[in-house]
Amino acid sequence: MGAESQAPRPAGAGPDASIALELEGLTRRYGERDALADVSLSLAAGQTLVVLGPNGAGKTTLLRVLATLLRPHAGKVSVLGNALPSTAWAVRGRIGLLSHEPLLYRELSARENLRFHARLHGVAAARVDELLAAVGMTRRAEEPLRELSRGMVQRVAIARAVLHDPELLLLDEPRANLDPAGADLAEPLVGAASGRTRVLCSHDPDLDVRDADLVLGLRAGRQALLAAPAQIAQAEIGGLYR
Amino acid sequence: MSRTQRARSQSLGLLAVATTLAVGVALGMIFFYAPLEAEQGFLQKIFYLHVPLAIVALCGFVVGGVFAIQHLRTRESRWDLRSYVAIHMSLIFGVGTLITGSIWAKGSWGHWWVWSEPTLVSFLIVFLLYATYQPLRFAIEDPERQARYASVFAITAGAFVPMNFIAVRLSTAYLHPRVLGGTSNLPPQMALTFMVSLIAIALLFVTLCRLELSAKRTRGRLRALRRRLAEDDPAIPVRRIRSAAPAGHEVHA
Amino acid sequence: MSAVVEDATPIEGATPTESATPTGAERRSGPTVRRPSFAATVGALLHKELRVELRTLESAPGMSLFAVTVFVLFHFGLNKNSVSGDEAAGILWVTLLLAAVLGINRLFVADAEEGGFDGFLLAPVDRGALFVAKALALLIYLLALELVAVPAFALLLLQPSLGPALPQLPAVLLLGDLGVAVIGTLVAALAARTRARDLLGALLALPLLVPVVIGGARASAPLLAMHSSGAPARWLATLGLYDLVFGLIAYAVFDFLLED
Repeated sequence: MGAESQAPRPAGAGPDASIALELEGLTRRYGERDALADVSLSLAAGQTLVVLGPNGAGKTTLLRVLATLLRPHAGKVSVLGNALPSTAWAVRGRIGLLSHEPLLYRELSARENLRFHARLHGVAAARVDELLAAVGMTRRAEEPLRELSRGMVQRVAIARAVLHDPELLLLDEPRANLDPAGADLAEPLVGAASGRTRVLCSHDPDLDVRDADLVLGLRAGRQALLAAPAQIAQAEIGGLYR
Repeated sequence: MSRTQRARSQSLGLLAVATTLAVGVALGMIFFYAPLEAEQGFLQKIFYLHVPLAIVALCGFVVGGVFAIQHLRTRESRWDLRSYVAIHMSLIFGVGTLITGSIWAKGSWGHWWVWSEPTLVSFLIVFLLYATYQPLRFAIEDPERQARYASVFAITAGAFVPMNFIAVRLSTAYLHPRVLGGTSNLPPQMALTFMVSLIAIALLFVTLCRLELSAKRTRGRLRALRRRLAEDDPAIPVRRIRSAAPAGHEVHA
Repeated sequence: MSAVVEDATPIEGATPTESATPTGAERRSGPTVRRPSFAATVGALLHKELRVELRTLESAPGMSLFAVTVFVLFHFGLNKNSVSGDEAAGILWVTLLLAAVLGINRLFVADAEEGGFDGFLLAPVDRGALFVAKALALLIYLLALELVAVPAFALLLLQPSLGPALPQLPAVLLLGDLGVAVIGTLVAALAARTRARDLLGALLALPLLVPVVIGGARASAPLLAMHSSGAPARWLATLGLYDLVFGLIAYAVFDFLLED
């Protein structure tokens, strides 16, 4: 395991704030090559893990394994105290995923999409209205998504990701396609201020590493870097992308 | 060579010898021992080939489905490999069934195809179904998903085979009397020849499957070694992959 | 903001992680995940399916139009003004099956293209509900198809009147539809995320549905004969057996198709 962060625990956390994520030797293959090889880390509840690396390094794969969408081929994975894949069912509903795809139906409106997700998660309809307001989409909530801009669709996707009040957020470039207004609206929901445990895949190290409690650098599926931001030299980050 | 490999090649050798013997004996019996059938004459002898091929192929398809169930349960790729080989071989034997059946039909009724023979008809449908197995596999790039989807197909198709047989038989019996007849009312000489032939073809099936499995494993090992050579990365530990790896090979220390 | 939940059963057996007392953002503490019941999940999925279908009208109208066109083709192909008995049953069932393939090919397209599987896979629900919901949706499309195709068939090609066949024909059609829905949903899921998905869907579904054609046509032929008689029980039993066997198998293996 790499150097663990000694960051102070979030305000209000109890003395035994739990471990949200525990990875040991996580390996996931794609055919004969390794999409992820021997990744190990530990993340406490309320902390933020930022994952950096060039395209194809395995960031999205890691996110999908944590989201229980992919099974680990070797190693141990524990999310919110539950081992994967054996107790994956116990974790669903407590995770919010924001991926490249908005995971929304283009023919339906924002409200219809969110109501559908609310029903799948056993969440009350009132919450849909709350979140539409929180992302500033109340006015355009009835239009089919295919008529909206990508930035607006991204806002709805963010609303979808936090609709069920998840403990763990898995974010794949959350600020993609958002205008500054959208980014501001998203911040309390999925940003550092949200108070949730977050794993954030980023292509913008300068911006995101600041908020991190722990930084993981991936290169061709391997763990090239694991440390708290304060302990990382700028050159090391640049080295990932060379 | 590891111990498993040595044991495997030894048993394969024995199997090959047994198969050759059995096939030899069966052919001998077909041509010299079994009596000539009154109505259909010499051509009837193809029955000793056609029906065992059909039975073995049908069993092969179902066995392919059973291996697929194991694959989904254990997620081990070796079961997928076995499933693939069983289905592949059964498809070949199935084509053999269709060809021998067609020859027999031509000889007996003057047509290359008859709808009144439920075995033949069932096999046509089964052939059409399993002919999509390989295209399905090749249409999926992710190897793990390919194996999983193939297993789902193999299970569904394996359950389909007996169901299809029943349905076609019912519909044919409705219209035409069956011409094949069961083995129960065969004279003892014919019955014995049939049994020997069935055993020979079954052995042939198993031997060919084992050969193909062995060839695939070797190719997989070769690919893995080539890849290690190309990557030239000493950091890759040489270890036996015991996890649910989708590769069809094992790397040896 | 405590959620007032609908149709939910609380999770059992989850290992609770004692997390912090809520901060200013009122977070729900602990793993009180509300798991919607199987019926509620199927309801939500089916509702979404039908909503999207009504919005796009991709499947059902196309299938009906296709069926009527094929009847016209048969008229010219066979050079017959009217048919009865075996011929009628054959034309009807083959046409329905080919139209069904159109619906099968469209069934999972929206989900595959829009990453919709992931949204469902992340939810704390029973995954079998997706199979049931999709099969029900396909069944509904088939029934809608038949509401148009069967009267059209009676109008265009059927020689005897449809009256005497009526009480039993819908039953035979329903039994056949169940088989098509079950196998169709499975095949649709198999083919959805492959290359050449439309072709593969047809090639996989049609051989698997041969017993449905056999059972359906043999059962319908006496109904559509000049002197209508009852559907033979053995064919109804065959259809029923097929529906049961493949319903169970498809439900059991479907989950394996959903993973990435």
